[in-house]
Amino acid sequence: MTDDILLAAHHVDVVYDTGEGTPTHAVRDVAVELRRGELLGIAGESGCGKSTLAYALTRLLQPPARLAAGTVTLDGQDLYALDREALRAVRWTRLSMVFQSAMNALNPVTTVGRQFDDIFRAHRPAMTATERRAKAGELLDMVGIDPSRLRSHPHELSGGMRQRVVIAMALALDPDVVVMDEPTTALDVVVQREILDEIEELRERLGFAVIFITHDLNLLLEISDRLAVMYAGRIVEYADTARIAEGGALHPYTRGLLRSFPALTGDRRDLRGIPGQPPDLRLATPGCAFADRCEAVVERCRAQRPELERVGEGLSWAACHVARHHPSDRQAVPTESAGQTRGGPA
Amino acid sequence: MTTGTTTPAALEVDHLTVDFKRRGAPSLRAVDDVTFTLHPGHTLALVGESGSGKSTVVRALSRLVAPSAGHVRLAGADRTRDAAYRRAVQMVFQDPFASLNPAHTVGHHLRRPLLAGGRATRSDVDARAARLLDAVNLTPAADIARARPHELSGGQRQRVAIARALAPEPAVLLADEPVSMLDVSIRLEILGLLDRLKRERRLALLYVTHDLATARHFAADVMVMYRGQIVERGPSDDVILRPRHPYTQLLASAAPGAAGSRERAREARAARLAARRARPAQPRETSRHAPPDEGCRFRPRCPLATDRCARRPPVVPLGPTGHEARCWLHVDAARQGPAA
Repeated sequence: MTDDILLAAHHVDVVYDTGEGTPTHAVRDVAVELRRGELLGIAGESGCGKSTLAYALTRLLQPPARLAAGTVTLDGQDLYALDREALRAVRWTRLSMVFQSAMNALNPVTTVGRQFDDIFRAHRPAMTATERRAKAGELLDMVGIDPSRLRSHPHELSGGMRQRVVIAMALALDPDVVVMDEPTTALDVVVQREILDEIEELRERLGFAVIFITHDLNLLLEISDRLAVMYAGRIVEYADTARIAEGGALHPYTRGLLRSFPALTGDRRDLRGIPGQPPDLRLATPGCAFADRCEAVVERCRAQRPELERVGEGLSWAACHVARHHPSDRQAVPTESAGQTRGGPA
Repeated sequence: MTTGTTTPAALEVDHLTVDFKRRGAPSLRAVDDVTFTLHPGHTLALVGESGSGKSTVVRALSRLVAPSAGHVRLAGADRTRDAAYRRAVQMVFQDPFASLNPAHTVGHHLRRPLLAGGRATRSDVDARAARLLDAVNLTPAADIARARPHELSGGQRQRVAIARALAPEPAVLLADEPVSMLDVSIRLEILGLLDRLKRERRLALLYVTHDLATARHFAADVMVMYRGQIVERGPSDDVILRPRHPYTQLLASAAPGAAGSRERAREARAARLAARRARPAQPRETSRHAPPDEGCRFRPRCPLATDRCARRPPVVPLGPTGHEARCWLHVDAARQGPAA
């Protein structure tokens, strides 16, 4: 089972040295494991540290951000122990990334073909120009774009097409892992759906694993195998997606986030988001960062921070004093929050 | 009109058309013959993807762009040029980080429209501003009034923007993607606030969004816009749960959560992929540009398009609820409908 784990992060801490006062702690003690071929979703709102985590997982942090603690291993190899050359050998070929600003990730002054060329020249110096062109055309065709588009400049492509080009580039050297940070957020729903279908089809064909980072928990419920929910720099729930999709979310934040997406087709159930707003990461709180917004809060939550602990069967972790008292079969204890869990995706 | 209400109209929009001139090219028709009515105490949602023209409708109604044809009547009167219209029709913009002036306090943002609209005097303006902040749940009002925008969260800023829009006591509120820039967990709070204000103040609310789910939950009626035209409209459950125009059907099926479960989402995806493989001749990268004719603008993407779609599609009523679609497909069915 452990052989299956491709990318593993443990105790990852990322801080931003802001130069004034205490550094901002954007990611705290995060652990995730990505298995071969799976799609791991990371959900959270702006400022929760999910993008910073993506940069940490790919060793792309730039000052003032730095990895303050923790390890990231790719197939057992410590990513942060690699020298420049070894890291270059890993990038694109084994681990690639689709950025949040992918629509602007292409160089506007040169053609799509030249940008594919750059990748091959840097990583496959033995390839001839003809081979490079053929491979680039093949990649474009794979994501549903006519190979003649290699001669196009980015501005001649629509947003959706640019996104496909960026995904084709990330897959150019057949990596094992692709980290995608909000890859479809800027797109219209119909185009988003086409790109997601494309990713799923390519995953079936090529077998790469994906870490898919987004604020859209609703979307992850459909496409991910496992799910980590982040809040204020920490993972607060880590579970099989099916469990969460079936109403088994354990953390009150996860439940609140689910509730924040009204059902397109379902009943007009209670339309509440989560009161309050996410905390300022610069301010350290002794207790649970979600306590002020939590409907299930108890006294202990403000005094003592709950650790991410195993709560039930299978992959089922939550960082919550209240969730911990839920039996895994959700045969309920008579607390207010247990009633809500039982009631389905509240 | 599609609403079954008998209340007098707050704002009537009649055959609104907006053209943008382009250098070296024929002008672009961003809004094409759009007609609808806003009623006090009711929300109408205008749904569409980027580039559909929905923001241009809002900009035309707030007189930020000049329409090239059509009429807008406020409470029955054709008087969009006077100051009373500007006070009565207020906007909430998408980006609360850009719509507030960083140099001014929250109090300043509210005092100006209160004084300019004659809704307050120098002596009671602070009390009135505090009442507005209370109305949008920004408390303690005195502290918030002293704050500048950068000291507030996105959700708080949008509440300030809403309070500012309420200052001239408008009859009509145009909310253009009011929550899409905000964090997921606070969106429903803001939409709930708009919903409550609409009820309490009998506002006629136009909710412009790309999100079908919130349109369905917060609006009684929905209009779907595609490339400048309203292609479908009606009570929100009719339009979103039982869409009849092929574009609305595509939009509704593509939305996250549309399938209802993981299982059904997987089945739907398998069906989509199979359909795509079955049409290998048609490149996936189809032109999304409508041909420059009177025909249906969706037909280059429409799986059900036929020859007659090259003619201007008629607006077809689809039953007694006011549900209508602008599509040739429904012409025959509608003709047979009343007889059957």
